[in-house]
Amino acid sequence: MLGIVRQKVLGQSLQKVRPGVSLLRSYSSAAKQMTVREALNSALDEEMSADPKVFLMGEEVGEYQGAYKISKGLLEKYGPERVLDTPITEAGFTGIGVGAAYYGLKPVVEFMTFNFSMQAIDHIINSAAKSNYMSAGQISVPIVFRGPNGAAAGVGAQHSQCYAAWYASCPGLKVLTPYNSEDARGLLKAAIRDPDPVIFLENELLYGESFPVSDEVLDSSFCLPIGKAKIEREGKDVTISAFSKMVGHALKAAEILEKDGIDAEVINLRSIRPLDRSTINTSVRKTNRLITVEEGFPQHGVGAEICASVVEESFGYLDAPVERVAGADVPMPYAANLERMAVPQVEDIVRAAKRACYRSVPLAAAA
Amino acid sequence: MAFYLKNSRNIINNLKSKVGLSSLMKQHSCSCLNHNNYCRFPASTATSPFAPQLNNLDLNSHKRGCLFMSQRFESTIAEKQFASVQNGEDNQALDFPGGKIIFSPDMRFLSESPSAHTYCFRVLDDNGQLIKQSNYIQVSEEIAVKMYSDMVTLQTMDTIFYEAQRQGRISFYVTTIGEEAINIASAAALTSDDFVFPQYREPGVLIWRGFTLQEFANQCFGNRADYGKGRQMPIHYGSNKHKYFTVSSTIATQIPHAVGAAYSLKMDKKDACVVTYFGDGGTSEGDFHAALNFAAVTEAPVIFICRNNGWAISTPTSDQFRSDGIAVRGQAYGVQSIRVDGNDALAMYSAVHTARKMAVNEHRPILIEAVTYRVGHHSTSDDSTKYRPAEEIEWWRMARDPVTRFRKWVESNGWWSSEAETQLRSSIRNQLLHAIQMAEKVEKPPVEELFTDVYDDLPSNLREQEKLLRETISRHPQDFPADVPH
Ligand SMILES: Cc1ncc(C[n+]2csc(CCOP(=O)(O)OP(=O)(O)O)c2C)c(N)n1
Ligand SMILES: [Mg+2]
Repeated sequence: MLGIVRQKVLGQSLQKVRPGVSLLRSYSSAAKQMTVREALNSALDEEMSADPKVFLMGEEVGEYQGAYKISKGLLEKYGPERVLDTPITEAGFTGIGVGAAYYGLKPVVEFMTFNFSMQAIDHIINSAAKSNYMSAGQISVPIVFRGPNGAAAGVGAQHSQCYAAWYASCPGLKVLTPYNSEDARGLLKAAIRDPDPVIFLENELLYGESFPVSDEVLDSSFCLPIGKAKIEREGKDVTISAFSKMVGHALKAAEILEKDGIDAEVINLRSIRPLDRSTINTSVRKTNRLITVEEGFPQHGVGAEICASVVEESFGYLDAPVERVAGADVPMPYAANLERMAVPQVEDIVRAAKRACYRSVPLAAAA
Repeated sequence: MAFYLKNSRNIINNLKSKVGLSSLMKQHSCSCLNHNNYCRFPASTATSPFAPQLNNLDLNSHKRGCLFMSQRFESTIAEKQFASVQNGEDNQALDFPGGKIIFSPDMRFLSESPSAHTYCFRVLDDNGQLIKQSNYIQVSEEIAVKMYSDMVTLQTMDTIFYEAQRQGRISFYVTTIGEEAINIASAAALTSDDFVFPQYREPGVLIWRGFTLQEFANQCFGNRADYGKGRQMPIHYGSNKHKYFTVSSTIATQIPHAVGAAYSLKMDKKDACVVTYFGDGGTSEGDFHAALNFAAVTEAPVIFICRNNGWAISTPTSDQFRSDGIAVRGQAYGVQSIRVDGNDALAMYSAVHTARKMAVNEHRPILIEAVTYRVGHHSTSDDSTKYRPAEEIEWWRMARDPVTRFRKWVESNGWWSSEAETQLRSSIRNQLLHAIQMAEKVEKPPVEELFTDVYDDLPSNLREQEKLLRETISRHPQDFPADVPH
């Protein structure tokens, strides 16, 4: 019975599988460098300048230029009506943002960290995500919720949780997870222009990192498609899926694996909802092996969803069990030594990939 | 639902029986005095320079102090009702569920703020001298000296831990400078049976209760001896022994928790109350409002202490709220409230001492707004000179320092000397340097602490994870930090 269901799903999805469009778009060749912070800042700036309906709101976004200086210079340029410092009331400014979006404005709401969006999650889930549906399309909610997500360094459990899986489980929302400057610019612009509510999950540790950007990325018309993953590195032996900061880890792991003769393909998911199932499955059908990487908790995580998709659509192509590399199943500890063991490291990915390629003795046997 | 109208004369009788005429008369005379005795509060208008206003205020402090006293700690509810009854003499009243409402032909909107700012209770002037006829709770020599010593300890701990953070020895720190009186004096006025739900700028309460400098250092260094097992950022202290709940990073969440705990105390008929601290910024969260309302409705023995220090990171109070500070909000929720000079240790002590009695004996919540100033940067991640004038900070650091002010009073009682001062400061300094060295030497938390306490009992999946981790560490030791005790 299960087998039949699987085949049916497989049959349907085969028609949907298209070559990853993102493969054709490679912008990362030019020499110019840009930090993720600059990328986000310039994307906000350009979208605010292009559309007077766009405004930014949140704690410390104006005078202070954002807790992480993402909104640098915007208050000066657009004034206090479009760059709003708010009282410390996440439920308040989230609800107010949603109301403004109902009315037709395009709010960009900044959370100091997505941990604090928990104070406001009712407005995100019950209002923003559902209003278009409940009003039968009469009330659209063009709003962006953005801010750092996931583990930073040394800030403990209440500042270090990844909410990708939480928000991605809710229909009505789109969930984007940029990795580098190209992603940050292209996806934030796409999010602001999108008519639906978008959760935009940044990473504090990436803000200061520089990445090469092409002239095309720097063009104010630049925009990335929502729902498309990007193959960051092509390979034939094992597929590694990752998002946000973990893409960097996966790329480093791939370099190490290369020295051992393993050619890893790294997928930068970019969008968690919609999830680019076709790019993932196409890759797995080529490599026959899959490692998923995320900082969040393993249970009901993004990796679990990817794994289910591959089992449903490409089961027959798998040559090894899928492995999930995820954060430890505990709240984030503060002490640096424990914290390091609670978040995925490059070595964890390398070891998992080797296991998938049968290049190392399985863990249990070695004990 | 049947509403019916009554002549307002009945209301007066009604009120007489409820409040007692004598009390009405007393309240009435008090409110007359108050009108002559108008004073403004600086921190509620953060956009204007603080110093000049306060200087004005201080000129009148003697007069204001003694006049204010006559009404101290008393509810103003009766006074307001009396006024409405007078206005409504010839009008009718609506017997509304929850209380009578008096009709008036005047279309008058309630003003967005009271005509005069809420008074601020103070006992010591800026020079640490007792304001004549102050009505305060006397403090013994022993308590006064401990209060002063603990304020110095807190100040010194902040200086040295802040320095340790700058040297990269700890990752983060938050100082309490400028708010030593609120910390220590409020703690001194409580009993060791009372429970504390802190924000994060109240480590002085722990100092008062005997948490050692070594214990502070262990937490900040996240070592094996830390009661939090290295799980929380520096300054997130917690100690069951001291009835001090572990600091939570999420602003304002402790406020409703405090009400819940207070309600339990009441159910258990305990002779104790709960005290919760929070900042001006914290009062914007819904949790603050829910907590006040629930405390009023459940008549929970809880003292809300708001440290109105003028700033929430870079947000001045004028961007945070437009009410006359915090105390007025208590009244709106039906909670007795008082505004206190948070830099006056004696006033803080007296207000909290009295509030505690009311909370415990009468089973009622009390709101205390302690007006003060955050002299330090918000945290070690902040540079506050970017958004506020250095002179403003300096003025509060020097002229309004609560520690110096209290020292002057203690000295004027002959309870303190400059020799004692020198000895105290150097002894605390040495203890702190030693504590830091020790904390640095203690090893980091062991592997097992990554998995314990997620649940009361370690579940099998976490046991497996731990086993897997240990195996991996022993096979690939080079991939793991060297400082992980097994
Ligand atoms: C729910 C939540 N939102 C935002 C923050 C970030 N934050 C930490 S401290 C702070 C300011 C708090 O100001 P206040 O309550 O006045 O306390 P103070 O720092 O002045 O003592 C903010 C916004 C947080 N920790 N939790
Ligand atoms: Mg404050």
